[in-house]
Amino acid sequence: MGVTLFDTLIAKAGLTDIYEKVIHEERLSSDDGLRLYQHPDLSAIGYMANLQRERLHGDKVYFVRNQHLNYTNICNKGCLFCSFYALPKDPEGYVLSPEQIQERMRAYADIPISEIHMVGGVNPKLPYDYYIDIVKAIKEVRPDVSLKAFTMIELEQIRRIGKKPMDETLRELKKAGIDALPGGGAEVFSERVHEELFHAKSDSDKWLETARTAHQVGLPSNATMLYGHVEQTEEKVYHLTRLRELQDETNGFMSFIPLSWHPEQTAIDHLPGPTGQMDLREIAVARLMLDNIPHIKSFWIMNTPAVTQVGLWYGADDMDGSVLEYEITRDPDTDRMQALTQTQMLDMIAEAGRRPVERDALYRVLDVPEPVLPPYMQVDTERSITA
Amino acid sequence: MITDIAEKIGAGERLTYDDGLRLFYHPNVTELGMLADHVRRQKHPEPVITYNIGRNINYTNICWVRCKFCAFYRPPGDQEGYTLPEEEIFRKVEDLIDVGGNEPESCEILMQGGLNPKLKIEYYEHLFSEITHRYPATYLHSLSVAEIVYLAHISKISVEEALIRLRDAGLKSLPGAGAEVLADEVRDAIASRKESTQEWLDVHRLAHRIGMKSTATMMFGSVETIEHRLQHLLRVREVQDESLDVSDGYFTAFISWSFQPEGTELPDMRKATGYDYLRTTAVARLMLDNIENIQASYVTQGPKIAQIALRYGINDFGSTMMEENVISAGGVSFVMPTDEIERLIEDAGFSAQRRNTRYETVLSH
Repeated sequence: MGVTLFDTLIAKAGLTDIYEKVIHEERLSSDDGLRLYQHPDLSAIGYMANLQRERLHGDKVYFVRNQHLNYTNICNKGCLFCSFYALPKDPEGYVLSPEQIQERMRAYADIPISEIHMVGGVNPKLPYDYYIDIVKAIKEVRPDVSLKAFTMIELEQIRRIGKKPMDETLRELKKAGIDALPGGGAEVFSERVHEELFHAKSDSDKWLETARTAHQVGLPSNATMLYGHVEQTEEKVYHLTRLRELQDETNGFMSFIPLSWHPEQTAIDHLPGPTGQMDLREIAVARLMLDNIPHIKSFWIMNTPAVTQVGLWYGADDMDGSVLEYEITRDPDTDRMQALTQTQMLDMIAEAGRRPVERDALYRVLDVPEPVLPPYMQVDTERSITA
Repeated sequence: MITDIAEKIGAGERLTYDDGLRLFYHPNVTELGMLADHVRRQKHPEPVITYNIGRNINYTNICWVRCKFCAFYRPPGDQEGYTLPEEEIFRKVEDLIDVGGNEPESCEILMQGGLNPKLKIEYYEHLFSEITHRYPATYLHSLSVAEIVYLAHISKISVEEALIRLRDAGLKSLPGAGAEVLADEVRDAIASRKESTQEWLDVHRLAHRIGMKSTATMMFGSVETIEHRLQHLLRVREVQDESLDVSDGYFTAFISWSFQPEGTELPDMRKATGYDYLRTTAVARLMLDNIENIQASYVTQGPKIAQIALRYGINDFGSTMMEENVISAGGVSFVMPTDEIERLIEDAGFSAQRRNTRYETVLSH
């Protein structure tokens, strides 16, 4: 194939060296990562990320039908970027009993949910057995569901309260019914940001150590990064390279999820929050830097459905799911949409020219529905305009 | 693959209807973005995105037309119908100048209203000359084709006479409002009592002939198909060819936005996605090789998609609206202060520059 206009435009943008590496499947350096973050030509970066994405996944888009459960909002960590938590003793604080969790699950008994995603605050009052009990309670209602639960931060707390080593804690949780870890609580791997925004929580070394242990005991996980607050570009590159190093070692990460921060109702809501271009760039740079992590997820609740759909061409191959009952990032003023229907998800995937693949928490394929183009894109069919 | 179309674009060749169809059906939006961004750079080599300080004044919501996609209008006789008193219009203009400053003809006024049987040519002549004389800082970029055709009709004068009298009273250019999709099949379905495709184009043609500039728009995402959108783009391109050839006036910009179903008679209609907006914007940039400026519609798309569109052929962020009543009546509407517009432009790697309605740099701000 000759030189296309796309090649020429990438050359004009001064990105040919990175482009060559992408084509030849060479690992990008931290310097490359920095340049990708700083280069204004976002379309060219998306173009390269899409090459990598299609090499790994073709035109597939993974989605899941899941239910989110937040067992408690009580948290003693006081992270400045969070709008979810209630301090211990706050009247708004709640803890769901195993029975209440089962009730919430039974409310959706007729929906074929294949994944439960459960996270909560770090609530010092909850005993070790509570965690084991809620895991068992979930599996009791839906024995076949894949259960993805507890951020690395919660696991720290569970280990502390159970007074057991982390590997033993994880084994017991796994035995009780956990299938995978969601990978939350990573925020940004930077001592500076850690000090400034979430000093009460464990730091990056601890997060990575917990992930390593989980992978070693056979619990795969996702990895996250919360961006768009006070972090700097170098810190994000560092974050990605540390994840990449651990993945070389354990191969336990299934997906990476860049989380677009929402300032509303947090202690630092004077900050403007991430832009749309930043959201796409995080997806694209992650896809290019994380050559060893299979999936890049654009979580539509954080990124908005609109950016998520576009992101399917900037490196994302997963859009999470028709989430039920999400509570972590909620903006009562705009009453942000809490659930996407299956039909809406499939419509978004088909319109973007992709092929939907339904998965569970472990990325096992459950169904490959036929994509149907939205009516305005259908050609050669009997069509009459009516309004 | 669209490598052959990319080649034509690289060589600066005009694209055909078939090229346009293939672009619309090319799902890889990063490629469309790269191509449109390339054309934007050819036309506007400086890394600058412009914006305008202006405001909407919806002087009346009384309208007998009853378009199905409109949630703003009230029929004559309705309790909620209004026509703003002159003093209130002046107050709104003064609020605009407080924000936009005193540079002559730098603050855009977009007067837009329903087809109100009580308002004849004299009403507009009086209002426009008052605004022009009292407030030299303003620039009247006002009235849609439907309003002009209607006011000519009830005043029993020709559209040409109406345009000339409005121009002489101070109307400087026409916004491209009400174009919806320029295909009669579509207009018949969603706005059957509005002007036809031909009429819409003819009024802009006429305005161009008497030296007025105008903009063109497209409201996509209602009942039209991809082919209708392309017909729209090519019709606008054709008129522009002609106007550039024989008139002093022409289309200065093209703006596409998506239909907002809430509150209209089509509330359950699927809402066009951001993906569709980006693709449509990019294809418009690629097809409309004879129009200088492509404007973003942050009012319908929100800040995230509008900012992403700056890499899809957009070179102008549009206008600070100050208030917006028409689209917001149909659901989502985003109004944005100047510093937020500047932040989004700079975050995308451009510098932000204020312009007037003629796309000349405004130095204040």
